[in-house]
Amino acid sequence: SASGATGAEAAQAGSITSLGFPAMDESTREGVFFRLDGLGYRVGQGLVERFSANKPRPTTPLDAIKFICKDLWILVFRKQIDNLKTNHRGIFVLTDNRFQPLSRMSVDRRAGPKAAEEAIARAQTYLYFPCGMIRGALSGLGIEATVEASSIEMPMATFQIKTKGAKP
Amino acid sequence: VWKSRVDKINAEVLTLTYGTIVAQLCRDLTLPATANKTDYAAVNAELDRMGYNIGLRLIEDFLAKSNTGTCSSFRETAEVISKVGFKMFLNVVPQVTNWQGVEGKPQAFGLVFEENPLAEFVEYPDDGRAQDELWYSNILCGVIRGALEMVQMQIEAHFVTDVLRGNDTTEMRVTLVRYIEDEMPPDDE
Repeated sequence: SASGATGAEAAQAGSITSLGFPAMDESTREGVFFRLDGLGYRVGQGLVERFSANKPRPTTPLDAIKFICKDLWILVFRKQIDNLKTNHRGIFVLTDNRFQPLSRMSVDRRAGPKAAEEAIARAQTYLYFPCGMIRGALSGLGIEATVEASSIEMPMATFQIKTKGAKP
Repeated sequence: VWKSRVDKINAEVLTLTYGTIVAQLCRDLTLPATANKTDYAAVNAELDRMGYNIGLRLIEDFLAKSNTGTCSSFRETAEVISKVGFKMFLNVVPQVTNWQGVEGKPQAFGLVFEENPLAEFVEYPDDGRAQDELWYSNILCGVIRGALEMVQMQIEAHFVTDVLRGNDTTEMRVTLVRYIEDEMPPDDE
């Protein structure tokens, strides 16, 4: 496949990050995403099963998203989501200004802009599990969605949730 | 002492996450030439290896937070593992039992877990083999092995009973192999 080829090229080029670690090629990254997202999905489902039992069932997607922002986030990361935006047509953007898994990561500032870029690429891996967890939790609340996460600057993290049938 | 200073995680988040990892390993690690027959020996080994890598790092956190000094005997080590280590990281205190050996000779002890936060809501696969072959909490053996290796103790740890297998108790045996002398790493330039 195409991604396999890029993977092989990257491995041949032997690209190394500024910290001396081999850079993760695209196919490895996909594999890591698939695995961690899947694990997160199951954990999210389990948590919703356990912790939404005594709460009124969310009747709208927004209610379900609020459950994620407050209850689930406090349970897992001990704080709430800082900002929730929605276009009211099925897309939700959750921002955590100090996302716990990224909160103690550092960037080697001496190595210049490339180092910051690499650090964010490394940090990206830590967003896959929470993505799956949100997806699993929503599925437990009866909502099908896709979730993508990104970090523009650590320790901030943004999760974009597209529910099924969402319009941009 | 540690109650106020240590960040805590919801126990069920930990339990569910660990359970998910074990379940995934059971799906991934299969016997050669089979599609879905789990190689439980491989799962046990992988859990132990994961724990070992945690232990290598966790000892640093442990020493920084617990403020414990050097143990004067392996017996004391056992007490510290149970009453400080497990208390700090899992909030349980396994009982140190079945002591064997004397100072200067092979020594071993058992850790009996009355509570095991990893093993809540667990259901073994119904394949007739998991009950006899899987050591569900094997990651803990690796953690202890890794942590003690960093403080100059080579040990061997394995579970001998587990309530998940239908035993009356959950017990891990820890055997001191030797104290590691300081030596230069083999290929240190």
